[in-house]
Amino acid sequence: MITSFVFKALDRRAIWVIAVLVGLAVLVPLLNLALPAGHPLHVPNYAISLMGKYLTYALLALALDLVWGYCGILSLGHGAFFALGGYAMGMYLMRQIGARGVYGDPVLPDFMVFLNWQELPWFWYGFDQFWFAAIMIVLVPGALAFVFGWFAFRSRVTGVYLSIITQAMTYALLLAFFRNEMGFGGNNGLTDFKDILGYAIQADTTRAALFSASALALAAAFLICSGIVRSKFGKVLVAVRDAESRSRFFGYRVENVKLFVFVVSAMMAGVAGALYVPQVGIINPGEFAPANSIEVVIWTAVGGRGTLVGPIVGAVLVNAGKSVFTAAFPEFWLFALGALFVAVTLFLPKGIVGALSGLATRRPRRPAPVIRDAAGEAAE
Amino acid sequence: MTKTAKGSLLYLDGVSVAFDGFKAINNLSLVLEPGEMRAIIGPNGAGKTTMMDIVTGKTRPDTGDVIFDGEVDLTRHDETDIAALGIGRKFQKPTVFESHTVEDNLELALDRRRGVFATLFYDQTQKDREAIDRILETTRLTARRHERAANLSHGQKQWLEIGMLLAQNPKLLLVDEPVAGMTDAETEETARLLREIAQNHSVVVVEHDMGFVRELDVKVTVLAEGSVLAEGSLDHVSNDSKVIENYLGR
Repeated sequence: MITSFVFKALDRRAIWVIAVLVGLAVLVPLLNLALPAGHPLHVPNYAISLMGKYLTYALLALALDLVWGYCGILSLGHGAFFALGGYAMGMYLMRQIGARGVYGDPVLPDFMVFLNWQELPWFWYGFDQFWFAAIMIVLVPGALAFVFGWFAFRSRVTGVYLSIITQAMTYALLLAFFRNEMGFGGNNGLTDFKDILGYAIQADTTRAALFSASALALAAAFLICSGIVRSKFGKVLVAVRDAESRSRFFGYRVENVKLFVFVVSAMMAGVAGALYVPQVGIINPGEFAPANSIEVVIWTAVGGRGTLVGPIVGAVLVNAGKSVFTAAFPEFWLFALGALFVAVTLFLPKGIVGALSGLATRRPRRPAPVIRDAAGEAAE
Repeated sequence: MTKTAKGSLLYLDGVSVAFDGFKAINNLSLVLEPGEMRAIIGPNGAGKTTMMDIVTGKTRPDTGDVIFDGEVDLTRHDETDIAALGIGRKFQKPTVFESHTVEDNLELALDRRRGVFATLFYDQTQKDREAIDRILETTRLTARRHERAANLSHGQKQWLEIGMLLAQNPKLLLVDEPVAGMTDAETEETARLLREIAQNHSVVVVEHDMGFVRELDVKVTVLAEGSVLAEGSLDHVSNDSKVIENYLGR
C-alpha cells in the first residue's frame, strides 16, 4: 500500500528534483567545509545560511502549492503555520540556553525574568526536550489548520471569502503574539539562541548541517506531495478544484478532502518554519504579518502553481532577487515584487515552470492530435 | 404517509419550496417505481430543475416528504450522502472534470470507496480497468480515452457525463435536458445510451424536446407552475386540455 504510494510518487520529474536536493544536501556543505576559503568553488559561510533560508521558503511555497495549485484553496495565511512551527523550534532553542542567558536563570528565558515571572508557564513544559518540540512543530500548525478548516470547509466557505479569513487568522495571531502576557517574548520574539541538539548554533558545521536538513526536508516533502497528487486522491483534489459541487454529486466528501490536504500542508509549513528559525537566529511576531503570507503566494505563482517544482523555483528565484535588489536599490524592492506579480499574471499565467513544460510537451506531441482529429472526423 | 412510500423508489408528497416568496415547487407529488423510466416535461420555470435539486440534496424543501427506496428521508441528507445512497445526477450543462483525461473522469466516478485514505492508497484493479473499458466502449469514447475532457465536443462531454453516471452505478439516475444543443445524430445516439441505461437503472429524464421524449417511449409527467398537471403516455398527456392550454398550446 505505502510502497505503491511511493512508487507512484516517483515519476521522472520527482526523481530529478529529489536527486538534485539530495545532491545539494551533500555537495554544498562539502564545498563549504572541505575547501579552503580562497578556492574558487568554496561556498562562503553567509551563503550557506542564505541558501538554507531559501530552501525553507521553498518548502513553505511547496506546502501552499499543494492546497492552492491542486485544491484551489488560496490560503493567505500560510505564514501563520510557518511562524507557529518556528515558535515551537524557538521555544526549544530558548530552553537550550539554560543558565547562559543575560540573567542567568537556569529555567526561565530572559524575557520572563525581565517581566518578573516566577515560574515557567505550563505551555513551555517539555520544550527542553527536542523530541517534544519536534512533535509540536507539526502538531500545533496541524491542529490549528484542523480546527480552522473544520469550521471553514464544513460551512462551505470558499474562494475569496476563505482567503480573507485566512488573512484574518494570521493577523489575529500577529496581534496575540505581540502581547507580552502571551508568554512568547512579545514584540522581540525569541532570539539569542546558543545551541541546537548540543551543537553551537553559530558553528560552521551546524550551519552546514541545517542547510542539509532543509534540503532533505524539502526532498521528503516533495516525495509526499508528489505521492498525494499522483494518487487517486490527487485526482479528487483537482476535481474539487475544478468542479466542487460536481464532485459532491459523485459522492465525494469535499470538506474532508480539503481538511486533509490543508492539515498536511500546514504541517509542512510548520517544518519549514522550524528549519528557518535556527538559520536566521530569531523568530518574532513579524513572521505572522499578512504581507508575508501574500509573498508566498507570489513565489508560488511566479514559479508555477499546480506543478510542485514551480513553487520551489519561484521561492528561490524571487528571494535571491530580493537579496540582490534590497542590497542594490532597497527602496524599489516592493515595486519590483509587485511588477513581477503583475507581469507573471499577465504573461505567464502558469508561471515559469508551467510555461517551460508547456513548451516541452507541445513540440513532440504536435503530430499526434492531428492524426486523432482526422480519425475522429472519419468516424463521424 | 411512509406507508404509501413503501415499495416505491422515489416518493414525493406535498413538496413545496419558495425562493423569496416565489413558489418554485407547489405541493408536488410524484411516485417512481423501481426500474421505471420517466420523462418529465413542462414549460420553463415549471420547477423541473428545482425538483432535481430537492431530490439530490442541493435544495431543502419547505414542506413535504421526499422518500427514497421506500424508507430514506432525503431531506435529512446532503449531496454527498445522497450520491452515496445511489442517486446520480446529470446536469443540463455537461459538467465533467475538464482538466482530467476521459479515463480519469471515469475512474473518479467509478463506484468505489471514496474516503480520503481509500483514494490515497487506491490501486486500479483489473476489474476497475475492465469496467472503464466497457463504459468507454458504450459511450464510444475509447479513441479519446487519454484526451483531456476539456477538448471533447459538446456532445461527447454529454456522453462522458452519462458514462460517468454509468460508472457511479446509481439506483436512480436524474438526467436534466440531455439533448439540449445536440445535433439530430447526437440526439439519436443519446436516446440509445439512455435506453441502454434504463435496462438496469431507474431513470428520470427532464426534457424539452418532444421528439426526443417520443423516442424514449415512456410514461410522461407534465409539470407546470411547480405542480403536476398530467401524467400518462405521451399521447394521453398531449391530448389533455390543461396541458394544451398551459404548455403545448403556447
